[in-house]
Amino acid sequence: MTHLILPRYVRDDGVHPPLNSPDYRSSALRYPKKPLQLLPHGLTEITGPALGHQQVGELDNDLTRQHEAEPIGQRIIVQGRVLDSDGRSVPDTLIELWQANAGGRYRHVRDTWPAPLDPNFTGVGRTVTDSEGRFRFVTIKPGAYPWKNHHNAWRPAHIHFSLFGRAFTQRLVTQMYFPEDPLFGQDPIFKSVPDPKGRQRMICQFDLDSTEPEWALTYTWDIVLRGTQATPFEGDDNNDD
Amino acid sequence: MMTDPGTTPSQTVGPFLSIGMEWLHDPYVVPKGTPGAFWIRGLLVDGAGTPVPDGIVETWQADPQGRFDHPDDPRGAVARTDGFRGFARSMTNAAGEWGVFTVRPGSLPALDGGTEAPHLDVTVMARGMLQRVVTRIYFAGDDRNAADPALSTVDPSRRATLIAQPADDGYRFDIYLQGDSETAFFAV
Ligand SMILES: [Fe+3]
Repeated sequence: MTHLILPRYVRDDGVHPPLNSPDYRSSALRYPKKPLQLLPHGLTEITGPALGHQQVGELDNDLTRQHEAEPIGQRIIVQGRVLDSDGRSVPDTLIELWQANAGGRYRHVRDTWPAPLDPNFTGVGRTVTDSEGRFRFVTIKPGAYPWKNHHNAWRPAHIHFSLFGRAFTQRLVTQMYFPEDPLFGQDPIFKSVPDPKGRQRMICQFDLDSTEPEWALTYTWDIVLRGTQATPFEGDDNNDD
Repeated sequence: MMTDPGTTPSQTVGPFLSIGMEWLHDPYVVPKGTPGAFWIRGLLVDGAGTPVPDGIVETWQADPQGRFDHPDDPRGAVARTDGFRGFARSMTNAAGEWGVFTVRPGSLPALDGGTEAPHLDVTVMARGMLQRVVTRIYFAGDDRNAADPALSTVDPSRRATLIAQPADDGYRFDIYLQGDSETAFFAV
């Protein structure tokens, strides 16, 4: 009998926030209470959809050019690479992004806090990484916004990112934060990540070298998805048990 | 102790996921009108028994022959010409309902030399969830379920939560995040 030889993706459960994070109040009714069963990585897990090339338009990565005029706010470039934890780039993979406007307001029916909507800003973008895993967005810096999780709760400025990677195992939705935000210390979502090193990996870096003179500040942020083990899962076809 | 592989941590999709993700709301794994295709529909329900209106369900599966259009499949990638996508995304509606239009995938060779029963891998995300949860959809009455290596590791009392039941236009599969009928979830 032939054994399958498949890439095996490293587990990184400890990197992610626990689904049960009481300080984030809306997690209370939405986390599984029973133990998770370990799922071996079979063919369904090591494959995944190749999305994006057909659907993504040329200007979808520029959130400042989706309307008649430019949105209000600090124009920024957000660029980086999608890598796996072995340092290999993840090419041709879809990235979706959404964010609040400069005043911290989302263009969403259920966002009703009294900051103005910007008629020239939708706050939605997408792109596909290039052959070296690189991506680039042009947008405006989102504002912080209040929410009702606890008294005087404010979300630090952030951009939501959704990534597919190469395989079902690599699917990731996260948030990118900006350096030295004074709101980190009171934000239970940011602080839900247990390891301070993990929190740092959600924060982009101001990048003067890539900043475009007289046009836009640049922030660089690499996104790291799960890598594969260097050794194959099963070796010899003839070494059956 | 697990070493830190240095990956980027997960964060919640938040309450406004639909602005970023609805553009790809596409429940059609296969095109409308595909012979033998059916809906799998269900509710996403929280621990108070309340449907979740701000969630998303994504599915991924093999084709009816058990093949993928993917370079890492050691049996070779099968290029698609028939509109089969393998993937679907369904944003839950105000009533917490989601649905995907698909065909039953084939069985798959398993790592241990056995056979995986036809299944869909499922990602569920929502406001209030700091990372995704993963489950699988199997099909009621499929003889191959009994020997499925993943299903057999699940506590027998919970296996039914992974099995879609026949319904008017296909199958029914409700997802319970908590409670007496909490769905069995996998660490992937
Ligand atoms: Fe947000």
